[in-house]
Amino acid sequence: MELEKFELGATPLKESAMKDGKVLTLHKKPNLKYAWDNGPAIDRYLAELKKGRIIARKCNKCRRIMIPPRMFCELCWRPTDEWVYVEDTGVVNTFSICYVNWDASRIKKGDKPHLPAVIEIDGASDGMGILHVLGEVEPDKVKIGMKVKAVWKKPEEREGAITDILYFKPMRG
Amino acid sequence: MREKVAIAGIGYTAFTSVSPGSSYRELTYEAAVKAYEEAGIEPKDVDSFVCTSEDMLEGYSISDEYCNDQLGAVLKPVQTIPGDFLHSLAVGVMHILTEKFDIVVVQALSKASNMKTIPEMVNFAMDPVLNRPLDITAYAVAGLEMNRFLEEGKATREQCATVVVKNKANALANPSAGYGARITVDHVLESEPVAEPVRLLDIAPYADGAVVVVLCAEKIAASLTDKPVWINGIGWSSDSPTLESRDWTDAVAVRLAGDMAYRMAGIRCPAKEIDLAEINDEISFKELQHLEALRLFEPGQAGRATEDGVTSPQGKLPVNVSGGGLGVGHLFECSGAQKVLELVLQLRGEAGARQVLGARVGLAQAWRGIPTTSAAVAILSA
Repeated sequence: MELEKFELGATPLKESAMKDGKVLTLHKKPNLKYAWDNGPAIDRYLAELKKGRIIARKCNKCRRIMIPPRMFCELCWRPTDEWVYVEDTGVVNTFSICYVNWDASRIKKGDKPHLPAVIEIDGASDGMGILHVLGEVEPDKVKIGMKVKAVWKKPEEREGAITDILYFKPMRG
Repeated sequence: MREKVAIAGIGYTAFTSVSPGSSYRELTYEAAVKAYEEAGIEPKDVDSFVCTSEDMLEGYSISDEYCNDQLGAVLKPVQTIPGDFLHSLAVGVMHILTEKFDIVVVQALSKASNMKTIPEMVNFAMDPVLNRPLDITAYAVAGLEMNRFLEEGKATREQCATVVVKNKANALANPSAGYGARITVDHVLESEPVAEPVRLLDIAPYADGAVVVVLCAEKIAASLTDKPVWINGIGWSSDSPTLESRDWTDAVAVRLAGDMAYRMAGIRCPAKEIDLAEINDEISFKELQHLEALRLFEPGQAGRATEDGVTSPQGKLPVNVSGGGLGVGHLFECSGAQKVLELVLQLRGEAGARQVLGARVGLAQAWRGIPTTSAAVAILSA
């Protein structure tokens, strides 16, 4: 039997028990809203994504080129020094094939699974990359070490968000 | 003889109503760089880090995971306390008292401007089954408490307003404070009613900011600083969470936290031994209630003393010389840190225009805010 919703742990109350009034229930929706200030590093990163470019920050002490960019080097404990453009290509460091959506609801029958992946970006230091999703690829064809390239939204549709990159797709050859 | 704990360095940002140029990362980084510079240390010298963070305030689940980078705490022992900075400070002190840690860093941050639904969030702190369905504002808790406080003759309404006038005026001499103003008792009494008797100007407005403190063991203090500030005592306590049967007049948790800190510091007569105090004044009357709970004034005397100027910067016991929450801004879990900061500056003689002459022993007190009954107290000396 296929689970409607992915659950870990003890047996939950059934929705029917609540609907039928077998248990006392109270409904109140929290209204919690946040508007996070990104700071100079992530602000520039997102502004560059809107232009179809990926930007990193370089620490001139350890010489790491870091994305997502940051204004200080957490290892050298000093401000970072330079903005550096990096490529929109990279290598799959790791990936997963997900048959459930973000809220653990099961994907519809026949829908393709989600393919989140960590992509080490060309031009950034080893181990530095972007968490994104893969596209234009069958799940069983995805391999660690695979070369991939960003597929961007049309310029007029970009909004300065990580989703300005639609997904990364395999490069030929 | 027990190991003593010193504050060897402190760093802080300005306290402002907004901080759009910085994320929480840059705010803490700024405070941390200044604190480490003062103590002449680098993150590699630090034996443990204690952060202060609460998920609902940050808008992240497990927000403690996001504390490390900006403190230089990557790949180091870190733990996070979902309380006030003073609770974190207590943990840092305990680390050093084990004699397994020589240098401990304690951090707190407020990004209040990023929380867009603070009243709803505070309401979410109330019991979901018994209280929330009534659809009353959480500020009612302050109104209920203030009403009982006034009814018991602890202070007059005007005396509570005097606290606001004093603290906002004090803040004018504090370049880090966000809400300094010269106002009158009438301004407070005629401000918009919120949850009577609490009016708009009785409530500390929100602020952003970060504070980082470097603690060290006595045996290495001289190698880190020429001006150590000693943590002589620290205490914390809680009353009951229930709104149905708590003490609505007195701040019992503050009394217990204070007594715990006094015992550790060997203070027998607080009113004679404390030179200045930074007291939680998130709602005007709380300053008076907390001063009594801490035995700094006899019951019912804090209000008159405030009117008579005893708690003014030139008075016998200056209270909230920094401006307090009403003048600096309410910093949520960073509130206690701003109080420790003020004491450190005063005890080192670095408070500039607002320097209290002859300040040797100071008291910092924090309250977790509406609707809680949790408190913490620290006693510092030069």
